[in-house]
Amino acid sequence: MLSRVADSVYWMSRYVERAENVARFIDVNFQLMLDEAGGPDRQWQPLVNTSGDHEEFNKRYGAATQENVINFLTFDATNPNSILSCLRKARENARTVREIISSEMWLQLNRSYLEVKAAAEAANWLDSPNEFFTEVKEASHLFTGITDATMAHNEAWHFCRLARMLERADKTSRMLDVKYYILLRSADDVGSAFDDIQWTAVLRSASAFEMYRKRHGRISPQGVVEFLILDREFPRAIQFCLVAARDSLHAISGTALGTFRYLPEKLLGQLCSDLSFISLEEIINQGLHEYLDDLQTKVNAVGAGIFETFFAFKAPQSQKKPARAAGQ
Amino acid sequence: MRFHQYEVGNFFDEMFSAEGCPRPAAQALVKTIESLPDGELLARQQAAERALLQMGITFNVYGEDAGVEKIFPFDILPRIVSGCEWNRIETGLKQRIRALNLFIDDIYHQQRILKDGILPKDLIFSAKSYREQCAGLNPPSGIWCHITGTDLVRNSDGEVYVLEDNLRCPSGVSYVLENRQIMKTLFPRLFASSRIRPVSNYPLKLRDMLESLAPEHIKKPRVVLLSPGIYNSAYFEHSFLAQQMGIELVEGRDLAVQDEQVVMRTTKGFERVDVIYRRLDDDFMDPECFRADSVLGVAGLMQVYKAGNVALANAPGTGIADDKVVYAYVPKMIKYYLGEDIILPNVPTYICSEENDLSYVLENLEKLVVKAANESGGYGMLVGPHATRQQCDEFADRIKAAPRNYIAQPTLALSRVPTLTGDHFEGRHVDLRPYILYGKELFVLPGGLTRVALKKGSLVVNSSQGGGSKDTWVLADGAPSESVATQRLEAVLPVV
Repeated sequence: MLSRVADSVYWMSRYVERAENVARFIDVNFQLMLDEAGGPDRQWQPLVNTSGDHEEFNKRYGAATQENVINFLTFDATNPNSILSCLRKARENARTVREIISSEMWLQLNRSYLEVKAAAEAANWLDSPNEFFTEVKEASHLFTGITDATMAHNEAWHFCRLARMLERADKTSRMLDVKYYILLRSADDVGSAFDDIQWTAVLRSASAFEMYRKRHGRISPQGVVEFLILDREFPRAIQFCLVAARDSLHAISGTALGTFRYLPEKLLGQLCSDLSFISLEEIINQGLHEYLDDLQTKVNAVGAGIFETFFAFKAPQSQKKPARAAGQ
Repeated sequence: MRFHQYEVGNFFDEMFSAEGCPRPAAQALVKTIESLPDGELLARQQAAERALLQMGITFNVYGEDAGVEKIFPFDILPRIVSGCEWNRIETGLKQRIRALNLFIDDIYHQQRILKDGILPKDLIFSAKSYREQCAGLNPPSGIWCHITGTDLVRNSDGEVYVLEDNLRCPSGVSYVLENRQIMKTLFPRLFASSRIRPVSNYPLKLRDMLESLAPEHIKKPRVVLLSPGIYNSAYFEHSFLAQQMGIELVEGRDLAVQDEQVVMRTTKGFERVDVIYRRLDDDFMDPECFRADSVLGVAGLMQVYKAGNVALANAPGTGIADDKVVYAYVPKMIKYYLGEDIILPNVPTYICSEENDLSYVLENLEKLVVKAANESGGYGMLVGPHATRQQCDEFADRIKAAPRNYIAQPTLALSRVPTLTGDHFEGRHVDLRPYILYGKELFVLPGGLTRVALKKGSLVVNSSQGGGSKDTWVLADGAPSESVATQRLEAVLPVV
């Protein structure tokens, strides 16, 4: 497929996943506030930190009040990672590849975008924020489902999945990182009911609460960390995501698993192998924040490698053919 | 909803021969609509508009930061053409395209028509759309204009005239296909019983035609559609057609020339391209051959084309036949190349570079429509009856300064079709653009794009100036003109 098209399919998929994760961050914070006693505002700053755009936010908004943060993360068209911006960019990318994706995928993405845009203009979504963010999440699920059910599982589809899984791995790590940071800051709360609620919130952010309970039962920080990083079966766990991303990468390149021809195959293979053989103790000893930070850097490097290998502009090099026989 | 207050006025009405008198081909439709409860038709129209927006069938409004996209307004009442009338139109279009193609081929080779004095030499060499780079080109099978979108209008005398030929990159066919899709969901029973000739096979025909242009030794040719990109106002159509044909949509930056082949950049390296359906004007196609400042095209493309290693549709250079002065000579061309009389007449045209015509035009500006020879899309035009004295004077000066660049035509009273305006129907002026494919054979898509001037009294059907579109129903030969079963079933169908 065309490099430009692969690039667009890749970013379409990443932006849809990103929009969903922003909605998850915000939604779960709302949930928390409903049974929280610790004062509302301290809950909102970490959300901005999660997105990685806190400098921009502090400059333009100042105080991290609920309203400011939600506006910034949801409807702010100048914030490149707001839900509105993500869906707009996902749709712009989809628009350039409409002949590659199925009509149903386009229809769904266009509809989601128009709905969020209408909500941004109407500004009455605060009446039922939960409903709104649930809709954003569901729109993404619907898109993914439609992608799986209506698009041939061909090269373009694998680029979709590769992008989605890398984005999701990155966002799960950020979710974990920020919450861990808050918990450390309030050491008094460790082991308290509030601590449990916080960790429950982390799990809910990743739709992981129920699946976690089935597997680990009691809520414990170690259990949550292990589940969200190392689980091989839960679809938002980092290991699961990166293994799926690796499978798609190899399906695209045709390189046998366990070997590599291109840089991103090497980087992602090493990352998956690290995750397979690391233990929870080693992660904790290294420091969770340091570990996650390192992981995010490596996932970024995989993304950069994918760009270099598959999307980057290359000028043709004329292969000189042997001179034709004269007198033809 | 009833037609009893509908006024035909002093125009040719496509649906009614007189007040309360639907034409035979329209009777089933009129009955169906009259049997709908109040408000139902409006509800269906709104459902159609919502569907268009959600499908993203929009055109871009340039220069808007918020990404303003508008749907091309759609009117729910179709324009109906009877089978026998269509047969005549189809024959006339085929005749015209055949002659125009012979003309283009002649102009870039021996120029017999100039030597025989049928067309003045100066006319060709002074045309902005004449491309000297195309002289001597030999497109596959000698076909230059593979895709044409001829504009037809009907005057109050009931005759169908050819208004423009559009042999370069005619657009709009995607609306034909989408409008039909929507109408089928809105009036399924009527379609089931009316024997309306289908249009949905257009993308199949188009792809077959394009594949037939590939160099002969290539077994499975790779066809691509070359678009200027997402900011082009017809981008939706480009991606729609590529999708429906199952071919790649490429931009200039995706293509390159390597070893006398056109190749495209893929995730697996460079791959050869055999046929390019280009939706880019000649000028932008190849900076080495045409405009050097173009970044939309592919450097070296024309060299590959001349070597016969890639096919282009349409061939470069076809614009010469779009010149509005050349248009005036089409009846003579048909006589010259085919030895036939023209079937679909031209609109009478005054050529300002001819002395007698010029003085007539200057004396009668307020009655005439004046057009610049090299413009399209409603630019560089004066509609005499709607112009001020000052505008007429300005145009007179321009004509006198460069008579070669202008033609004039009488103002036509375009035919009308009933159009939904709030809670009732009013007549609105329409034109018709059928699409013709020319490969191994000539194919005319039955129907085409009916554009409608939605503003009351307006004669301008362009989308930028309040124009919309309607579905065009061409009935099969001998189709039943009405069906009683239809109307009963249609009335109870839910809104989609």
